[in-house]
Amino acid sequence: MFAVWPCPLPGGETAEENVRLFDAGRAQRLLVIPPLFDEHNKLRHQLVEVMRRLDMSDIDSFLFDLPGCNESTLLLSKQSLASWRNAVEAAISHFRATHVLAVRGGGLLVPDTISGWLYGPVAGKQLLRSMLRARVISSREAGTEESAETLSEIARSGGITLAGWTIGQDMFAELEASEKPVPENLVIIEQSSVGGSPLWLRAEPDYDAAQADALAALIADGILGTGPSE
Amino acid sequence: MTDQSALPKNNSLRSRASIDSDLRSILCDVLGLDVDEVETFDADTGLFGHLPELDSMAVAGLLTEMEDRLAIMIEDDDVDGEMLETFGGLLAFAEAKVAES
Repeated sequence: MFAVWPCPLPGGETAEENVRLFDAGRAQRLLVIPPLFDEHNKLRHQLVEVMRRLDMSDIDSFLFDLPGCNESTLLLSKQSLASWRNAVEAAISHFRATHVLAVRGGGLLVPDTISGWLYGPVAGKQLLRSMLRARVISSREAGTEESAETLSEIARSGGITLAGWTIGQDMFAELEASEKPVPENLVIIEQSSVGGSPLWLRAEPDYDAAQADALAALIADGILGTGPSE
Repeated sequence: MTDQSALPKNNSLRSRASIDSDLRSILCDVLGLDVDEVETFDADTGLFGHLPELDSMAVAGLLTEMEDRLAIMIEDDDVDGEMLETFGGLLAFAEAKVAES
C-alpha cells in the first residue's frame, strides 16, 4: 500500500512525500533507500517484489520517494546529496527503521548510525559519467557536438539537465566528488550473491523473480538470524 | 603455434573470440535477452537506431559496461553512429580499443 510521510525541508517546513510500504507494526523494519535517477525507475518493480517477500517473512519495509524524485512535487534541481541525506535520516526516524537496504547510488546517502545492506554500490562520479555520456550521445544524434568536459564546466556553475534529470550545481559537485562508498555498518551485496545480471543495466525496467527471492532471503536471514542486525 | 615472444602484452592477449563473447554477454544484460537470442546476432544486426529500447541512456550504460569488462577507456570522440549501428561495428570498435589498450 501507499502512504504519505512528512519529509523535512530546509527551513523547518515539511513536504508530504509518498512511501510504498508493508507496515504491520512489526519489530523488524527495513527502510529501502532507492537508487538515484534513472536507476530508480529501472529497479522499482524489483524492489517492491523484494519487499513483498520480506513481508511474508514478517519484516515491515518502506520504500520512500527522495525529494524531487518519483511522485515528489519538489524540484529535483533544488535537491542535493546533503538534502537527501537529511531526508534519509528523517525517514529512518519516522518509520522507526531497524535496518536499511541501500541500493546503488542510495548507498551515498546512508548515515553511519544504522546497519543493513548495500546492494550494488556505485560511485557518484560513475553515475554522472554515464549521464554525461548519454547527453553527449543524444546531442550528437541531434546534430549538436558537446563534450563531457564542457558540459561539466557548465554544470558546476549553474546546474544542467542530463538525460532528462535536472541536476543542480551542488548536486553535480557532490556527485562528481563521490567515490564508491565503503560503509562500516553495511554488508555489501554483490551481484554474484543475487545471481543473474544486474537489472540496472537493462535498457528497460524489468523484474526477475529468482533475483528477488535471493535478495529477500539474504536480508531476511540477516535480520532474523545472525546477520548485521546483531 | 604462435611464437609466445611475439605476442603483445596485457589486454591485447585477449582473443577475438573472447571479446565477441564478452560483448554478447553485455548485450544480453542490457537488452534483457537470452543467450540464445544474442548468439544469433551477426555483423549486420542493427543496434542503436534499430532497437527502440536502446536509447542514449542505455547506450551510455552499455559503453560504461564495455569499459569495465574489457578494461578499455572510451572517449567521447570515439563514439559515433557507425560504431553503434550494428553488432559488427561495435565488435570492430571493441577489438580496436582492446588492441590499443
